[in-house]
Amino acid sequence: MFQNITSLFDFEGSVEYLPELLRGALVSVELTFCVMLISLVFGLIIALMRLSRPRVTRTVSTIYVEVVRGTPCLLQLFYIYFVLPAFGIRFDPFMAGVIGLSVNYSAYLSEVYRAGIIAVPRGQLEAAHALGMSRAKMMRLIILPQAIRVVVPPLGNYFISLFKDTSLVSIVTVKELMFTGQIIAATNFQYFTIFTIIGIIYLSLSYPGSLFVSYLERRMKVGYRRKPSRLIAKAG
Amino acid sequence: MIRLEKICKSFGHLVVLRDVTLEVDKGEVVCVIGPSGAGKSTMLRCINHLETLNSGTIYIEGQPVYRYMKDGKLVIDREKRVDEIRAQVGMVFQSFNLFPHFTALENVMVSPLHVLREPMAELRPRAMALMAKVGLSDKIDAYPHELSGGQQQRVAIARALAMRPKAMLFDEVTSALDPKLVGDVLRVMRQLAFEGMTMIVVTHEMGFAREVADRVIFMADGAIVEEGPPAEIFSNPKNERTIQFLRSVLQRRQDLGEETAPS
Repeated sequence: MFQNITSLFDFEGSVEYLPELLRGALVSVELTFCVMLISLVFGLIIALMRLSRPRVTRTVSTIYVEVVRGTPCLLQLFYIYFVLPAFGIRFDPFMAGVIGLSVNYSAYLSEVYRAGIIAVPRGQLEAAHALGMSRAKMMRLIILPQAIRVVVPPLGNYFISLFKDTSLVSIVTVKELMFTGQIIAATNFQYFTIFTIIGIIYLSLSYPGSLFVSYLERRMKVGYRRKPSRLIAKAG
Repeated sequence: MIRLEKICKSFGHLVVLRDVTLEVDKGEVVCVIGPSGAGKSTMLRCINHLETLNSGTIYIEGQPVYRYMKDGKLVIDREKRVDEIRAQVGMVFQSFNLFPHFTALENVMVSPLHVLREPMAELRPRAMALMAKVGLSDKIDAYPHELSGGQQQRVAIARALAMRPKAMLFDEVTSALDPKLVGDVLRVMRQLAFEGMTMIVVTHEMGFAREVADRVIFMADGAIVEEGPPAEIFSNPKNERTIQFLRSVLQRRQDLGEETAPS
């Protein structure tokens, strides 16, 4: 059995295509960072829209979140890459991948933000109001700084799951890790070797990530740090 | 200074305030007592627009505020004006509600800094002086979770005073405190009263009301049942409900083995 496995694994060949796979992994990492950055910003905007008072912004953002969450990410990618060109909107594969994933993750992250904002006790809002703060100031000075603490660990988890989800964009021919592997495997049929290596690469990148997230979780549990708040230092 | 005119408030079918009319003059200290559910806290919260009235009008310094009728039309103040009015009326809560991500001093400074745009050079010494006034000079760098309830509440008072309010509202500020810590908070409030601050104090501290109030209001079932100078209310209450209430408070204190209200 063990004999079998070692003979199945193409050690010599793997040296040859490992650089190719690592290049693919780099694209996956790039995708992850691009999408996360965009989604962190848009997710917050959507969350604030959902919690805003005007009916229009509330409705639009709610519809957005429900539509995105209610349809498969794969379908959305297909839509962006194959359907939109019919309307004259064209993206290269990488762009299509970034947009598709960002659309998705913005929706998911907005829900994380929203949960964090709602978790801030009502008394905090009342105290801020009673001190004459406007809604915007209250959000910036009082609510968001407290919400962030609640929100950082789940955001970290989404970050890791995003890294794995970048494999979805192989469907729109982005040469990230998964698609690179598929291309190589299609020519030399070393499925076992290639997909094992891919698995190891994904794991070796995401595991340190989860360690970092649990570190953050522990840190957020301790009290507030002794360090003058920037919200106080920079204003005036 | 503050005038409530026939204000009504209900939550769904539950009527909390019925036609409450009250006028508080500048520099006056009014203590509001009464059984729980009488609408005392709700009345205070209406003054700061933390609750919206169903009907009636609130006047602050002679001006109608929040929502009122003008020339037969309903006027709803813009958010900006509501914020401006709130900035002039300080409020202290039963549950302190200090901002946990700021130190004590930062809690005091945050609002003057961002709302009044007071320069740091003036604000910082003023905030330090306020912390000294509430007896917490040594705690300026402490975070709320490092302070006792009584200390937190005193920071909350300093925070409200930092906005230079024209009046202060106290909503059962000692109810959540360890009995041993109540005294420190009351001392600060007494000091404020002597300095001429306009105060509306919802409280269960009969001793404080008797000693400090210019006028005591007894509320029950969403209405003002009786009001008058403390000596009269406490020594010679006229209304049957006031008599009952005071008797039960006194009784409870004796049951607990505490001293009765110092006079």
